[in-house]
Amino acid sequence: MIFKKSCKVIMDQHTIVLGVIGADVHAVGNKILHYAYSQAGFHVVNLGVMVSQEEFIQAAIESGAEAMIVSSLYGHGELDCKGLREKCIEAGLETIKLYVGGNLVVGKTPFEEVKDKFLAMGFDRIYPPGSDPNDGIRDLMQDLGIDI
Amino acid sequence: MKPVLCIDFGSTFTKVTAIDVDTPSILARAQSFTTIHDDINFGFNRALEQIIKVTGIQEFNERYACSSAAGGLKMIAIGLVPQLTAEAAKRAALSAGAKVLETFSFELNEYEIKKIERIKPDIILFTGGIDGGNTKVVTANAQRLTTMNHRCPLIYAGNKVIADDIAALLREHRWDVSIASNVMPTLNELNIHSAQNLIRKIFLDHIVVAKGLSTVQACIDNILMPTPSAVLLGAELLSKGYLSNPGIGELMIVDVGGATTDVHSVADGAPRQSNVIMKGLAEPLIKRTVEGDLGARYSLDALIQGVGIDVVADVLKVPPEVVKQMCDDLTNHPEQFMEEPGLMKTLDDVAAEIAIRESVTRHAGFLEVHYTPFGTVYQQTGKDLSMVHHVIGTGGPLIHHSNIKSALKASQYDLKQPMSLKPSNSRFYLDQNYILAAMGLLSINHPKAALQLLKENLKEV
Repeated sequence: MIFKKSCKVIMDQHTIVLGVIGADVHAVGNKILHYAYSQAGFHVVNLGVMVSQEEFIQAAIESGAEAMIVSSLYGHGELDCKGLREKCIEAGLETIKLYVGGNLVVGKTPFEEVKDKFLAMGFDRIYPPGSDPNDGIRDLMQDLGIDI
Repeated sequence: MKPVLCIDFGSTFTKVTAIDVDTPSILARAQSFTTIHDDINFGFNRALEQIIKVTGIQEFNERYACSSAAGGLKMIAIGLVPQLTAEAAKRAALSAGAKVLETFSFELNEYEIKKIERIKPDIILFTGGIDGGNTKVVTANAQRLTTMNHRCPLIYAGNKVIADDIAALLREHRWDVSIASNVMPTLNELNIHSAQNLIRKIFLDHIVVAKGLSTVQACIDNILMPTPSAVLLGAELLSKGYLSNPGIGELMIVDVGGATTDVHSVADGAPRQSNVIMKGLAEPLIKRTVEGDLGARYSLDALIQGVGIDVVADVLKVPPEVVKQMCDDLTNHPEQFMEEPGLMKTLDDVAAEIAIRESVTRHAGFLEVHYTPFGTVYQQTGKDLSMVHHVIGTGGPLIHHSNIKSALKASQYDLKQPMSLKPSNSRFYLDQNYILAAMGLLSINHPKAALQLLKENLKEV
């Protein structure tokens, strides 16, 4: 955890909403991400598994979150994530950062294709399976303009 | 002998119960019209005279009272997201025995401000944002409230980070502000006790005077609460028991009225199976819901519209056109039914049954099934009441029902709604003498006697 101590104080104000979208019940990765982002100093609102788009949005409004970290492991990520950006805009969350990662599609689609697809859907960052949580943390700090 | 008086100032009747806490036993019950517009003591004294006549007791050592007179405790709740803080605020107000007339969410607009002015609530519960969460909408709403032409006690129970600023801003504009803990400090966590206690305190300090109840305050022992609050206390005692005296376990109370139906449950409500995942706002152990569109008389039209004319026709076993005709006749000539009590009774009976079925369905949680690549997974929203084995009914339309057991069976799980988590295989009881509120009041200082009397006086049907 490279960011653990240095960032704890400055980042107390930054809230993120974390969850596994759709009918996906993979809980382990969710726990790891919760731990990693909390250790990095973020205030994590963890919605756990089987989270709908609406629940992500409601939680982000109520918590004043700056980013949604969406996981999907079971291959239906594309269907589950479709329309999330549009709904965020409708809900007044135009500037919220949308991150997504995991096994986002079924089959062996090259990651670059998956990435383009999710970028087109309005996501800001897309991560392949097995990514290091620190990559996401580093990107998020950069996107939110937090000095390391 | 240690005689105690429990008084319930209802909207129509003032009900007085005299209890001997030593035996313990109910000595006498009496009721008289509530005289809120003249002096509330008139009605109370008339009922008291009857009690004295029956018991011969002149002096009662202790007197406790609850009230739903003068419209009860009228509140409005303001939150941010309808399913989150607005819902949490509503639950906090309901569990403190209030009548929640409206719930508002997101930024208030001019129309809503005017609406609140028209409602003239006794207390406003103002929330929004988890701790450290949203401040923008909450601050905007506080600004809006400063322009309102109505003042009443206001409880702020939102994002703690801005609590002092909000209170200062509102106080500058002559609002009487109290600060409670956030009703939802973290997402989906319900924290209603602090707000609940403040509501009760404000009721005692301010509302009692405003409702013309202060004249009786002198002759009671300063424990005055909204009637639903007393019922909840009674329900909690009966469920949990007191010291070595066991309670009856998880229970549900259905109170069918002319205008509304109240459902109270004292139950954990957690999932009963391992493949069920909880969803949404946490549920309180003691939960109260009020259905304003489900009453057996005044809200009959809304009740029929709400549940669908086909449902009513199904229960009445007549074609929908006949139901429509009956409903139209009732709307156009309400007096006609008063001349034919038989027909009115049938309608009342059916309406009570529908009110019970619908209100319990809304109160109980439900399951949603998801077919995932790993098999079937269930998501539970609300409380699982399937193991609640005691259902207690009360309220005029139920007490006068021609088949009370069959009416109360409407509270049970039914195959037409397979995903509902309503109670099943319950035993049914009737609170024929409206003692729940009285025993709730008595339980404050005499829980043992109250528990015993509750067990003895609720009649199994």
